[in-house]
Amino acid sequence: MQREFVEAPVRGVLKWIDRRLPVITWAYNELVVYPAPKNLNYWWNFGSLAGIMLTIQIVTGIVLVMHYTPHVDMAFDSVEGYIMRDVNWGWLIRYLHANGASMFFALVYIHIFRGMYYGSYKEPRELLWILGVLILVVMMATAFMGYVLPWGNMSYWAATVITNLFSAIPLVGETIVTWLWGGFTVDNPTLQRFFSLHYLLPFVIFALVFLHILALHQVGSNNPLGIDLTKKDKIPFHPYYTIKDMFGLGVFLLVYGYFVFFAPTAFIEPVNFEPANPLQTPPHIVPEWYFLPFYAILRAITFDILFIPAKLGGVIAMFASIFVLFLLPWLDTSPVRSARFRPIYRQFFWILVLDVLVLGYIGGQPPEGWYVTVGQIATAYYFLHFLVILPLLGKLERPLPLPSGLDEPVLGTAGTRAAK
Amino acid sequence: MAHTSSREGSGETTRRDFLELVSWSTLAVGTAVGLWPFVDSLNPSKEVLALASTEVDLEPIEPGQRVTVMWRGKPVFVAHRTPEEIEAARATPLDELRDPEPDEKRAPRPEWLVVIGICTHLGCVPVGQRSGEPRGDWGGWFCPCHGSHYDTAGRIRKGPAPLNLHLPPYTFVTDTLVRIG
Ligand code: HEM
Ligand code: FES
Repeated sequence: MQREFVEAPVRGVLKWIDRRLPVITWAYNELVVYPAPKNLNYWWNFGSLAGIMLTIQIVTGIVLVMHYTPHVDMAFDSVEGYIMRDVNWGWLIRYLHANGASMFFALVYIHIFRGMYYGSYKEPRELLWILGVLILVVMMATAFMGYVLPWGNMSYWAATVITNLFSAIPLVGETIVTWLWGGFTVDNPTLQRFFSLHYLLPFVIFALVFLHILALHQVGSNNPLGIDLTKKDKIPFHPYYTIKDMFGLGVFLLVYGYFVFFAPTAFIEPVNFEPANPLQTPPHIVPEWYFLPFYAILRAITFDILFIPAKLGGVIAMFASIFVLFLLPWLDTSPVRSARFRPIYRQFFWILVLDVLVLGYIGGQPPEGWYVTVGQIATAYYFLHFLVILPLLGKLERPLPLPSGLDEPVLGTAGTRAAK
Repeated sequence: MAHTSSREGSGETTRRDFLELVSWSTLAVGTAVGLWPFVDSLNPSKEVLALASTEVDLEPIEPGQRVTVMWRGKPVFVAHRTPEEIEAARATPLDELRDPEPDEKRAPRPEWLVVIGICTHLGCVPVGQRSGEPRGDWGGWFCPCHGSHYDTAGRIRKGPAPLNLHLPPYTFVTDTLVRIG
């Protein structure tokens, strides 16, 4: 399948440029002409919102760097003292950035579950999906390293616990951890390299988003019915979806603004208002909320599995919980995309959502008593969903009949009404 | 192809195969050598490695008391053990231990235990140094992060940590002065 490109309707200097460097034609085709299904619902707003959020993070981040000092003796004061109190609007820029990270993850998680519900990862969109999972992985690394920068006590201990995950690797684990730290504990060398990478990775994400959209526009958007649509069921991106995305942005900014202005510390652990202290581990180490389900999976493995010690087992399970998403296009064996026509899958989808919420709750609790058991059950179910239920369901479930195009259901009802 | 010689395709090894092999391996080795300084620059610098050793005066530490000192940026626990604590550690049969190590090896001078105060699970600092803090089910240390219990020899007894608390290199300069590092 080859996309058709339309030449951008420009004259004069712009035409002169476009002939030599077709950026205008390119933007025109991606953002104006792009034929989008006319039945997209509001769940299709989250991709463009995530893109806008990435831009906000980059802009606020670049300004923060102009005031921030990446050194263990000064980082905490440069954030909590200098940026928050002395820099003009520093508080606003920092709260936009810190809450922006939470908003970014919320948008991306909804975006991912949208993809799961409507089967957007299926043929021919496998690479599009894989690029998305890659974006998620790089986002996690970025947010983790950003969280270390203010050098509060939770920053310090989160960095310690997470980098120590690599010490579980047999034989070379300790060497790798020393290399990651640039020392024998998390310290100034660690802070400085995290700072460097925290600046770099968002631009890597930007490049991945670019490829993600390239892949999307090559094969076209999926839609709530999950069926392949013809030209007559599509409308140009502009003005139909540009205006709809702007409306969605307005609604989103209300939520974002609520947190920034009325609950700016809702997502910040109180411990992080104390400077890093290598001698004082906080009694409850908890990561940011968006990592909690994965943290719960890490802690669920409290027992040795054959020759794999518990510590390594937890690390493997945690990485596997993300890696399994890469395989999703092949684990789900059903040819039907949308859950609307998969009555049983639809129920399992919501059980998975519930399961991930349970994991998130458990991840925030101390690893004691029944919390551990619930965490283990929820972890087992998570893998069961992807590795057993999805492959079997595709073979066993009987999907509902699919419409052939968008007018069919409409004409169908009109027809029956006329007959009555 | 221009370089196809009559001997190629006959399965015979040609001089060109050899040249290609040499070129590719040179490129691979060259790339690795070129990358190494960047990778190794992330390892601990000379300044970090040069951090001096730490000396601890044992005189003021009462039996039952534990103090924390810093060595290479890490907390080191120095415990003046009571006879009961020594007895508990020495009486434990080795087959009850996840990481079997006799107390005699971990504390050659039984009343002094010197361990690195970093949980071998994921690196938190266990509690139990100050009196009144929880010391776990074996009266040693307790790691609150994911619930690891250490005994009075700093050996792992329960919880996710795989190994005993590590021992730093140390020597007794005099009976009341210990040098760590
Ligand atoms: C993918 C986009 C990004 C995400 C998810 C992200 C996430 C974060 C997070 C979670 C924090 C800790 C906030 C806090 O508790 O105060 C942070 C801090 C920081 N980030 Fe980012 N960030 C992103 C992009 C950037 C960019 C592009 C830059 C610079 C060019 C940047 C510069 C900084 C600085 C200087 C800090 C420390 C100041 C502070 O703590 O507020 N960030 N980031
Ligand atoms: S770090 Fe001590 S139990 Fe996990």
